Amino acid sequence: MMADLRTYLAHVELPNPILTASGCGGTGRELAQFSDVHRLGAFVTRSITMAPRAGRPTPRMAETPSGLLNAVGLQGPGVEAFLERELPWLAERGARTVVSIGGGTVTEYTALARRLAEVSGVTAVEVNLSCPNVEDRGRVFAREGSAAAEVVASVRAATPYDVPVIAKLSPDVADIVAVARACVDGGADALAMINTPVGMSIDVDTMRPALAAGTGGLSGPAVRPLAVRCVWQVHAALPGVPIVGMGGVTTGRDALELVLAGACAVAVGTALFHDPYACPRVLRELEELLQARGFDRLADAVGLAHRPAGAQPRTRTDLEESSL
Amino acid sequence: MAGSPVQVTGTVLTTRRVDAYHALTVVAPGIADRFRPGHFVTVAVGGRNTSMLTRRAFTVHDVKPDYGGTVELVFGVRGAGTAWLADLRVRDTLDLVGPLGRPFPLPRDPCTCVLVGDEHGSAALFALGDALQQRGCRVDFVLGAPSADRVFGALRARRMGETTTLTTEDGSLGMRGRVTDVLPGVIADARADVVYACGPMETLRGVTAVAAEFGIPVQVAVEERMACGIGVCMTCVVPVIGDDGVTRMLRACADGPVFRGERVRFDDVGTIPFDALGAPGGRHA
Repeated sequence: MMADLRTYLAHVELPNPILTASGCGGTGRELAQFSDVHRLGAFVTRSITMAPRAGRPTPRMAETPSGLLNAVGLQGPGVEAFLERELPWLAERGARTVVSIGGGTVTEYTALARRLAEVSGVTAVEVNLSCPNVEDRGRVFAREGSAAAEVVASVRAATPYDVPVIAKLSPDVADIVAVARACVDGGADALAMINTPVGMSIDVDTMRPALAAGTGGLSGPAVRPLAVRCVWQVHAALPGVPIVGMGGVTTGRDALELVLAGACAVAVGTALFHDPYACPRVLRELEELLQARGFDRLADAVGLAHRPAGAQPRTRTDLEESSL
Repeated sequence: MAGSPVQVTGTVLTTRRVDAYHALTVVAPGIADRFRPGHFVTVAVGGRNTSMLTRRAFTVHDVKPDYGGTVELVFGVRGAGTAWLADLRVRDTLDLVGPLGRPFPLPRDPCTCVLVGDEHGSAALFALGDALQQRGCRVDFVLGAPSADRVFGALRARRMGETTTLTTEDGSLGMRGRVTDVLPGVIADARADVVYACGPMETLRGVTAVAAEFGIPVQVAVEERMACGIGVCMTCVVPVIGDDGVTRMLRACADGPVFRGERVRFDDVGTIPFDALGAPGGRHA
């Protein structure tokens, strides 16, 4: 018997829990050369901004042990070109599209949410809170609960009621549970974590930073323990909130680890750079692992690692009932 | 975008040293079938559970029909990834994705082409030379490197080309100097109609300047650091002027690697030009 892999982001049902991580799947066309985008649980776009953005200078990427540092700087064509060329293409192929948005001010986030509210084909809106707040000396919104909540609340207000708003959190905070709670209080229907922690690498041959931007976001298996910790803490504090877990997932085992920590969906990011078939492969591996452990449903495994030591492994956390 | 790249776990058929470089022949029928000159492939390095997450991109030196189709890669050891590749033995397997990128555009009618290669960049020129000669084009080679052991494919170029000019910076082979020093003479002697070039950015910039002086088109295949090779990671961007006159940061992997030389803003590589689409504070922002 096949395990039931359906999962829910608030009330939106996804056929399977494997998503692309924002900024790692291009426009969808690049991945479609290898596997169908509609087979994904959902396709998460790179962060869309109001105006076109050229991004950061090169070099934008440096390889680190089991990790990747990047400073792309949200290069993209802007929301109008996205709505004209990219979203319709995804809709045509039957992909469920989670649109990630990024901005420098609360107003910009709100304007993006309003613009997205006018079009069809948006399954959910993901708020990339790791953007520098130009009104607060460039400190990222995700650093502080109040700033994050303000963005989430205004996006929630501008988004149709049937489109969930997902807040994407950064691990570079003193207390991720506080930020998560502030976002949920601000109206976030789901949480996504983790965005890349900031890292740096110096080229000892040129004796200069390896990235033109100096610092960059660290991703890949190197950050997976960090992701597991964040998902664990937030799920423990807010067990009813759906969590999209991500951070260094390259195999089905990694995905299951995040599911056991409390994620009801798992995004694959940097692994796509290494293996363009990573999403269908991780899904297949996850399904096999669930079956091997006797699960009929993915929902039964969500957060299971939180059960007390010695308890039966088959406690039933019924997400299908709790979320509606 | 390339037609339809595939992922292949290929078996290594031969390994050899070519002066300062290594060459690997890998059985990869799906890639060999779809290959056009200018395409590249990416390989995963380090085996299963590798700690090296980015794929390494290489131009394809040669495609042969044996064993259903093989591709040959030429590379120099520059880091842990290429060192791992150099240690591969016959019958080991290698994870390849390809063919990737846009291939070289070929002229419709027979004409005279100068093919310029710097260091192992010249590996990409021989498949191109074959394709051009099949269309009745005259092919002249200019190959260069810092020293004789790093000039790749001189023998094959001599057999294939109408003329072959070699340059080394230390004078150990051919003329002393760089490829751009001898290129004007070669273009003038051959009355070349078009230039194709592969190599480091600095060489491509020089070649483009020479071609511009002669007023002939130049196609360059750029080398920029890539993580994925398929167009999703956005790290290999170069500033390129579009048909509409607007500079965009284009991906060397998916929008290139072959560009018209005069369209690439070589002086601005490694920066975001202020007038690029979406540049901070720029006019399109």
